[in-house]
Amino acid sequence: MNKLVLPALLSLASVGTLSAASQSFDFKDPKGVNAIQFHLDSLLEPISGTASGVTGTVSFDAANPGATTGRIVVATNSLTVSNSMMTDHLRSDKWLNAPVNPEIVFELTKLDNVKTTGNDTTATATGNLSIKGVTKAVSVPVKLTYLADALGKRTKPENKGDLLVVRGEFTINRSDYGIMPGQMEDKVNPQVKLTLAIVGGSPKA
Amino acid sequence: MATAAPAPAARPAAFRTGLRVAAGLLFLGCAGFWAAKGAHRGWSQNQVPIKQTDEVTGIEFVTYEKRFVPGVEFLAAGTGLAAGLLVLSFLVQRHKPNPAS
Repeated sequence: MNKLVLPALLSLASVGTLSAASQSFDFKDPKGVNAIQFHLDSLLEPISGTASGVTGTVSFDAANPGATTGRIVVATNSLTVSNSMMTDHLRSDKWLNAPVNPEIVFELTKLDNVKTTGNDTTATATGNLSIKGVTKAVSVPVKLTYLADALGKRTKPENKGDLLVVRGEFTINRSDYGIMPGQMEDKVNPQVKLTLAIVGGSPKA
Repeated sequence: MATAAPAPAARPAAFRTGLRVAAGLLFLGCAGFWAAKGAHRGWSQNQVPIKQTDEVTGIEFVTYEKRFVPGVEFLAAGTGLAAGLLVLSFLVQRHKPNPAS
């Protein structure tokens, strides 16, 4: 009996030690900097815009970046381009149908090819991307930058804590997510380039 | 002493001239406004993206400034309307000299 219990307790203790070292970073940025930028080629000029309604949390351990997990959520009705008519079209039922699909979600399941140099970690983030009710597995090259004790520099000096910056760029095919599949491809490119540069904060008590 | 009424032939001629002047002014106004606002060759914009950089993280982010920038469809609409007025001016019936007089 003891032979079974002891390893179990040891493994629980080691998990406890690992999880104690990881920090939870909140990506609802009080300065409103966080946004996903999207870019797709179009007939007259490229359509570029931003989605600024970013929330979510990422669990990150500076000593073990490969164990990073997290969930980033983007509010669909925060997608904006510089022409208000295009913005309305983008949020309408023909494109993203924001009232029915209020969230775009990326659920990080694992990091591969993790390489850390100083504060920077590069990796391939694998996870599930959900857009317009369709969930697909995607792999995204990302760069994580851990900024220890930098929270106070962005908020108030008395706020102690760390920052985690996540950067990445990848391309999706809009038809994969049921966004006007096979339609208007001669006018609006089916491929959408997504660029993310977001920062999360982890306050310390 | 009664003022003489303008000859019937003068009215269409004045109307034609007015249409042509209006067409010219409309075209110049639209083209001038488009050029003055930056001669944007894309679609019109209701809000203009402005890139900024977060000092601590180095993240480049975009904020929007509410102002109107006319695009090529604005220029095309103005030019089309001016062209329509010009065409209309040619359709106004010219005075035909009365063969009896």
